[in-house]
Amino acid sequence: MIRLTNISKRYVMGAETVHALRDVSLHISRGEYVAIMGPSGSGKSTLMNLIGCLDTPTSGRYELNGTNVSEMDDNQLAEIRNKEIGFVFQTFNLLARSNALRNVELPLIYKGVPSSERRQIALDALASVNLGDRVHHKPNELSGGQRQRVAIARALVTNPSIILADEPTGNLDSKTGAEIMALFEALSAKGNTIIVVTHEEEVAEHARRVIRIRDGLIASDEAMPQRVVAVQTASPA
Amino acid sequence: MQTAEIKESLLMALGAIAAHKLRSALTLLGIVIGVFSIIMVMTAMRVLQSTVENELSQLGAHTFAIQKFPAVIFGGPEDFEKYFRRQRILYAHGAAVKEQATLAQAVGLTSEFVNGREAISRYTKTNPDVDLDGDTPESYAAKNWVIGEGRGLSQTDLENARDVCVLGNTLAKKLFPRGSALDDTVKFGGVNYAVVGVLEAKNGMLGGNQDNFISIPLTTGLNRYGRDKRSLGILVQARDQASYADTIEQVRGILRKARKVPPGAEDDFEIVSNESLIGQFRSVTLAVRIGVAVVSSISLLTAGIGIMNIMLVSVTERTREIGIRRAIGAKKRNIMTQFIMEAIALCEVGGVLGVLLGIVGGNVAAYFMKVTPVIPLDWALIGLVICSIVGIVFGTYPAYKAANLDPIESLRYE
Ligand SMILES: Nc1ncnc2c1ncn2[C@@H]1O[C@H](COP(=O)(O)OP(=O)(O)O)[C@@H](O)[C@H]1O
Ligand SMILES: [Mg+2]
Repeated sequence: MIRLTNISKRYVMGAETVHALRDVSLHISRGEYVAIMGPSGSGKSTLMNLIGCLDTPTSGRYELNGTNVSEMDDNQLAEIRNKEIGFVFQTFNLLARSNALRNVELPLIYKGVPSSERRQIALDALASVNLGDRVHHKPNELSGGQRQRVAIARALVTNPSIILADEPTGNLDSKTGAEIMALFEALSAKGNTIIVVTHEEEVAEHARRVIRIRDGLIASDEAMPQRVVAVQTASPA
Repeated sequence: MQTAEIKESLLMALGAIAAHKLRSALTLLGIVIGVFSIIMVMTAMRVLQSTVENELSQLGAHTFAIQKFPAVIFGGPEDFEKYFRRQRILYAHGAAVKEQATLAQAVGLTSEFVNGREAISRYTKTNPDVDLDGDTPESYAAKNWVIGEGRGLSQTDLENARDVCVLGNTLAKKLFPRGSALDDTVKFGGVNYAVVGVLEAKNGMLGGNQDNFISIPLTTGLNRYGRDKRSLGILVQARDQASYADTIEQVRGILRKARKVPPGAEDDFEIVSNESLIGQFRSVTLAVRIGVAVVSSISLLTAGIGIMNIMLVSVTERTREIGIRRAIGAKKRNIMTQFIMEAIALCEVGGVLGVLLGIVGGNVAAYFMKVTPVIPLDWALIGLVICSIVGIVFGTYPAYKAANLDPIESLRYE
């Protein structure tokens, strides 16, 4: 479903060129649960932004659901983001002045869903993250974990092909983080494709596949058939 | 663009305004003042205009009047003094015009003797707002008065200075609510006048104080209220429009001779016509309108720059919000729409306030000038459209900036 072929991303900073990604090729199928790991500055966010169609590669080809995304214009990318991608951010990124319901409705507004249907779809999405009783709360009236669940509901609401989460537990305590990871687990079990960027092993070990990046290159790409095994094999790395 | 998007933009805009009340209020002040001044002056002008033009149109067809003072006095006290020093217009001057003006169809003389007093019939009495005019029979046609019932003043009434009167339509209905006023009497200023006629209603403004007068023979009035210090008005009706200008010239010559104006000196009387008055009044209001247009344009320009400034601040403050919206699927066009809508909403809040204040202000002015209030719906609408234009013109650049922010950078913005 996601097919990256020889993707490179370079940033020119004056005389110097930063190679954020070098010739990355990658294939992710529908329904996979993938963790992307690597040290700071290794290119994780760059990769996420490319997969999430927020950015286009300097060179290489990106195919999403069979269409070539790497040559799309700004409007087309916005439409792909709206319909195919659900973002979950480390800092939640909710609209502060809008309540949970309006936050979750927003992608539907840009999708052009009529208001009669919109509200119910958004309410269902909030119910699916167990926030059915908090729909009229504003972000500052919710705990960190609840805010992240609103963000997940917003990511789910357009029924996207991929859920992209960049350090989703980075701003949460470990107990709340575990709850969020349990939620991802449930979503994965329902067949959603999930890609999580993280530097925490406990987060990565929920995934079925771990891709490690170093200096813009894929250092390893391993399946994790069983969690117990995964913990043991991952620890020495 | 869909309605959901507009609604969303409006909600966000009102939210943003509410979130920064003081800042918004200060920004809106310019818009409020600009629109307020437009609406207030346009309301006042319209009130004045409808009143004045109505008053002025009371002369009949191709008729002009000669009087001591012009209808509108331009200039300061020295101008006023010039008019004040003029010799009065006497009965004899009127008689001379009547005798010698061969081109005129009718020459009437008129004077207002009492301005606002109560009139009493056997049934009721009025508020003290009834005027008493003295007229000659020829004044009627010149004033566009049409007899509805009974007869007009006659030459005999005039020569014998009889205590008879003709009532304006409104007054007749007030004093004699149930029947005809004819052959009854009206008491005014302690004197009983026999009613010989009632005028037809003039199709004037609603609620105005028109047709609320008594017309008596000029001589009756002069005997009763005195001739000294009284300057009469001469009303001249030309035969037709073609001879109108010649008639004016002939009457001017007759009057200059009768009043011994030296050759070369300017007239010591005013010739006013419907057209000259309306024209004069329009030129005054035009000057005021142009002044207001300039003032409010400057104030709206300043306000527009304020709006642009506040929108630029808003775009910077909300960089992350823009990033979020872009990430979840907003196109550049959506962001652009949102911020332009915000600018328009901001301007419209100010505009609506300005319109309301302006209508209230204009009508308060009208109230003190004792004229009928109006609501200038067209100008209210124009005011709001101008606000939208200000919003669009000055909101476009900030909106363009917002739409072209890099989504990734925006998401990282703290
Ligand atoms: N907009 C940019 N301009 C210049 N360099 C950038 C930009 N974005 C990322 N980089 C560089 O690309 C590299 C990879 O960054 P990033 O993908 O954010 O890493 P990670 O998320 O793994 O910490 C870093 O060296 C970073 O400095
Ligand atoms: Mg990063």
